[in-house]
Amino acid sequence: MTNLRLSLFCAALLTAPVVTIAQPAEYTPVTDARLKNPEPGNWLHYRGNYQGWGYSPLTKINTGNVGKLQLAWSFATGQVEGHQSPPFVNNGYMFVTTPGAQLIALDAKTGTELWRYKKEIPAEFLQLHPTNRGVALYGDRVYMATVDANLVALDAKTGKVLWTTQVGDYKALQYITLAPLVAKGKVMVGSSGGETGVRGFVAAYDADSGKEAWRTYTTAAPGEPGGDTWPGDTHKNGGGSIWITGTYDPDTNLSFWGTGNPAPWPTEGRKGDNLYTTSVVAMDVDTGKIKGHHQYHHNDAWDWDEVSAPLLIDTEIKGKKVKAAVHAGRNGYLWMLERTAEGKINFIDAKAYVHNDVFTGIDAKTGRPSYNDSKRPGMGKAVNFCPSLWGGKDWPPEAYNPKTGLFYIPANDNLCSELPAAEDIKYKKGDLYIGYPIEGVLGSLRFRDGKRPTTIGEIQAWDLKTGKKAWGHKFDRPIWAPLFTTGGGLLFAGGTNDRMFRAFDAKSGKVLWQTPTPSGVTAVPMSFEVGGEQYIAVQSGWGVDAQRMQDGMNTLLKNKTPVPQGGVVMVYKVGK
Amino acid sequence: MTDCSDCKHALLASQRDNVPESATRRKLLQLSAGLAAGITALSPDSAFARPASGDRLVLEDAEGTPTPLRVQDIPLAGKPVLAFPFTPTTKTVKDDSRLNKIVLMRFAESDLDAETRKRAVKGVVAYSAICTHQACDVKTWVAKDKALVCFCHSSQFLLLEQAKVNGGPAPRALPALPLAEEGGQLVITGPFTGKPGGSA
Repeated sequence: MTNLRLSLFCAALLTAPVVTIAQPAEYTPVTDARLKNPEPGNWLHYRGNYQGWGYSPLTKINTGNVGKLQLAWSFATGQVEGHQSPPFVNNGYMFVTTPGAQLIALDAKTGTELWRYKKEIPAEFLQLHPTNRGVALYGDRVYMATVDANLVALDAKTGKVLWTTQVGDYKALQYITLAPLVAKGKVMVGSSGGETGVRGFVAAYDADSGKEAWRTYTTAAPGEPGGDTWPGDTHKNGGGSIWITGTYDPDTNLSFWGTGNPAPWPTEGRKGDNLYTTSVVAMDVDTGKIKGHHQYHHNDAWDWDEVSAPLLIDTEIKGKKVKAAVHAGRNGYLWMLERTAEGKINFIDAKAYVHNDVFTGIDAKTGRPSYNDSKRPGMGKAVNFCPSLWGGKDWPPEAYNPKTGLFYIPANDNLCSELPAAEDIKYKKGDLYIGYPIEGVLGSLRFRDGKRPTTIGEIQAWDLKTGKKAWGHKFDRPIWAPLFTTGGGLLFAGGTNDRMFRAFDAKSGKVLWQTPTPSGVTAVPMSFEVGGEQYIAVQSGWGVDAQRMQDGMNTLLKNKTPVPQGGVVMVYKVGK
Repeated sequence: MTDCSDCKHALLASQRDNVPESATRRKLLQLSAGLAAGITALSPDSAFARPASGDRLVLEDAEGTPTPLRVQDIPLAGKPVLAFPFTPTTKTVKDDSRLNKIVLMRFAESDLDAETRKRAVKGVVAYSAICTHQACDVKTWVAKDKALVCFCHSSQFLLLEQAKVNGGPAPRALPALPLAEEGGQLVITGPFTGKPGGSA
């Protein structure tokens, strides 16, 4: 800089209004090595690590001081509906997503807005599930998938859009709500649409260019392995949607994805196992090739998506040390599986964690359930079954704490569904593809014994080594509570219609702290550290299926429990 | 002038989407007609344009040359009928925008409130079939509540009372379309009373 320019610059500094916005330090690129071993103070993944644990090793906030948690800062997102994304933090930069295809970058210490991106959603587009579950961080970029089925890469420091790639056809009601999974230079996403007749897939994009690297469908075509489990060309609109982020084992380069229900819901037109719906599939990240799978239940008739990816845990189960894949199924069973180096997934054990009146047994060798066929809804009859359409656990993720050795489940018990007789349905692009009168679906919720049960929601802690429930904390109402646990011996959860956000003792389940938030909490909580101080963060913002179930409860109870909407990022720290 | 790349796009899209052949043909005929007339996509009788005074109504799934809906096609106290507007002179069906989807129902005229009755003809009412919340289709009639219900988030609209919101997250009533009858056919006599579509 010349002396003249320097003088002018200094003069400008002296005369211009002083606007001091504290900025985080220089952005730290996110590498594969960092993603494999994320620093405890950061939250680089949807669930904190590739294994999907929902665990922070941080200990400064612990069972001894959590009672002193108080608000550090909050930030209104400007959106209503379901806020489900965790804040992602990388050395002082925080990224949160909201409904309305919005991504906000904040200073994690102060909540100061750094930049904001909001994709314009086509006016023609209908949003069945207006939400977004977060981003992926890689290099100097942040990646977000949008509800109109695009993948967007932005400069993490400035918010500049670097590329946008169309992943699916929103006019066919393919839509994306999940946080992408990134590994080895590939950004992986899938599409929702189990009720709109999509053919589910996972697609990988080059992180630099946005070019599609591979796309693997989750319904098998004729001639492919599993293709004989679909009659005719029913796989083409057969569902198996992917709407929750996969987990990843860097040692085997395998990603694990949970798949959604087959479509349409009635099974008369698609007899067979319908692979790979309601399954976990292991995909090679380099090629997308399916290396193994386990189907939790075949030929689904109950809308029991099994989209939560299994948590990858090296532990002891039934006396044997295993590289496990553990999943609390929407079908109400806790599935303990073994993953292998080549990708094959072996069944170990399954235990009912809520009441299920459909399964009559589980094959001890294969894990294949047998069914009470009178509990299969379909043509010509109304059928009541348990658990409900929303399952023992819907999308809200489980958590695993390596210190307690406990696996935590946000369960709903004593809720069932009754579906009316199915109706003939033909796939029509851009319309629902369910197979039941919509008023029957919306009004399907039932209490197990016909009267309000004493308890419904329950946070359960399971000891994987003994296969037994260690504790349960029950609620008199449903919960939609993504779980988060810490090295400080804590378990955090919201999910109730009273707007509360709570901290539990991870060992005992005792409530140690709770606070009301502006809306209801159905988002993924997390923790981070900046400036040597630990924070707990979560979005408050009720909506989507938590409200749908609330509508069902209101109908059953003949009253109305209002839950206010409006998103707010809430950040807590221990008070002095 | 219409960009001819639109023709190719529509043809490719129809092939990709397995649109029935007759519907494809209809679309191409419409595009050809547009080209011949030198009209633009914003022309009041383009397939993208909003319903306008003088438009007739055709069943949502109808193929080929549009057959105008008549009052008697809408069953009294029956199920909702979904339709699109079309321009009677050019036969252009305005179905390139799903925001043009219209729900028709027929009630006893005495059951309609005064404002609704003004826009109805022989008890037939017409509203946007797109929810004002998140733009989902609204086509489920719940007779006991006298409400049309959205399949996405359960917003309820009272069709006898100007489609005002009776529950759920929708922020405003469904836009209405005024109707008349000419030669037995249902005729639109004005634009939507509000902007059709969601509020996200």
